[in-house]
Amino acid sequence: MAHLARLTLTPEEIERFTAQLAAVLGHADDVAALDLAGVEPTAHPLPLINVLREDEVRPCLDRDEVMAQAPAAEDGRFRVPRILGEAP
Amino acid sequence: MTPGAPGAGRTALATAAAVRSGRLKAAEVLEEHLAAIRARETELHAFNLVLEDRARAEAAGVDEAVAAGRDPGRLAGITVALKDNLCTRGVETTCSSRILEGWRPPYDATVVTRLRQEGAVVVGKTNLDEFAMGSSTENSAFGPTRNPHDPTRVPGGSSGGSAAAVAAGFAGLALGSDTGGSIRQPAALCGVVGLKPTYGLVSRYGLIAFASSLDQIGPFAGTVADAALLLEVIAGHDPMDSTSLDAPPPSLLEGLDGGVEGLRVGIVSELMNGVEPTAAAAVEAAAGALSAAGAKVDRVSVPAAIYGLSAYYLIAPAEASSNLARYDGVRYGLRAEAPGGSADVAAMFAATRAAGFGDEVKRRIMLGTYALSAGYYDAYYGQAQRVRTLIIRDFDAAYRSSDVLLSPTTPGPAFELEAKTSDPLAMYLSDVCTIPTNLAGHPAVTVPWWPEGSSLPLGVQVLAPALGEAVMLRAAAAIEAGAPPAPSAPGGGS
Repeated sequence: MAHLARLTLTPEEIERFTAQLAAVLGHADDVAALDLAGVEPTAHPLPLINVLREDEVRPCLDRDEVMAQAPAAEDGRFRVPRILGEAP
Repeated sequence: MTPGAPGAGRTALATAAAVRSGRLKAAEVLEEHLAAIRARETELHAFNLVLEDRARAEAAGVDEAVAAGRDPGRLAGITVALKDNLCTRGVETTCSSRILEGWRPPYDATVVTRLRQEGAVVVGKTNLDEFAMGSSTENSAFGPTRNPHDPTRVPGGSSGGSAAAVAAGFAGLALGSDTGGSIRQPAALCGVVGLKPTYGLVSRYGLIAFASSLDQIGPFAGTVADAALLLEVIAGHDPMDSTSLDAPPPSLLEGLDGGVEGLRVGIVSELMNGVEPTAAAAVEAAAGALSAAGAKVDRVSVPAAIYGLSAYYLIAPAEASSNLARYDGVRYGLRAEAPGGSADVAAMFAATRAAGFGDEVKRRIMLGTYALSAGYYDAYYGQAQRVRTLIIRDFDAAYRSSDVLLSPTTPGPAFELEAKTSDPLAMYLSDVCTIPTNLAGHPAVTVPWWPEGSSLPLGVQVLAPALGEAVMLRAAAAIEAGAPPAPSAPGGGS
């Protein structure tokens, strides 16, 4: 789970969280055990479908202001460590 | 509000009226609150950031407008504290997390824009449980907030800083966010009014997302009328939030004192079970006050409410695990180097998230990842969504015989710091009475109730169907009018 969630955990954290999460999931077993065949799931409290706006150009966030908050930027773009295994 | 605290004798409505008429300067109002902050903020830690200079400039702007014969707006000169998960342009917004420390948003949340348009003075950003995940404000990366009525106890959470700020007189009003009770629970434990609006009534644009199908922004206030005022200002459609209801903003102050003659009130049996006797007694007493004012009180059942907590702790972490995927060290906030100097981007993601998130956030991200993972999705997340349907059906049935419902806001009064930090499940149980409302998307409000002889407040919760804010607030105002007075000597001194 930690790998899927992109979290690096220490062995101590894994041990502690495993016990704590087991207790929470144990509590959730009452929900898992209910017979709810035929009950529609609710994903959201509002019956909204495809909220659209007019397709027109509008002002957006200031690019320099946004980039100024990035941990690393270069030439108006976000800079990240190498994504592919080999350098070009 | 703490008796004796600055501004305690003056509601926000009275402040705005006095400032608009020129009888009171916004600058004077602000200085009263800044003096209160200087006196007790070190002890209570309600704020992550006090915006002293900016607030003085805003107050001066309000006073200049009045002097020039312009109306500064309905919140003229009222100091407002903002939960630090509401974006403020150019002003640090952290969610009380290391991963956003130092981040200055490039835009204002819609609610912040609306406050400014009505002449409010933003006094600071308040402490919270990291990313609003918690019930005590102890999960803040910057240290806990303490309860103004007893600093050995928690203020509740996750909006503990906003609740404490209003209770201690640091601000006239405050905004928080409520995903499973994060406005109502701390409001109850701090003895102030806290309201979660109908889902979609208030724009979430600029509220840093936790669980998007549950999150709502709402007011903290010293009185029911002040909460109604603030909700009127922040409610209304916003094209920047696709889940914002396209409905006219509600009229709440008008008719607020209309009374409860003939109102059908139902006490929710399921939410009275398992709470401390004092919490149940407060609800019975509040029901008695409503009854004396002409309401018709009955017991009602919302059977599926007992599954609310379990369903919530699957749905909210599932949505959080998705929402918090954005904190990856690329666009904003912290970036940590991968151990061993690895140049791999995935290693950087994992190292950044390990260094930037606290324990509770890590637990919920993993819980949510698990609940959504192949093989478990239907047993956990799918089942929780079906329970959500049951809860909505049961509320709908209850509202056929009742106009509003009543319950305790919390199972008991504020607990001591560290009492529940090592046992997440015990902490989660403090939201058992507030969670069903969020799952249904309905509004609810907590009204302070001080049991006789107690130095700690409790809250009585009034629940209503979707967009039932007006009748809900009318009932809340009647409870407020019938509530025992707050003790004259506040626990923490002032």
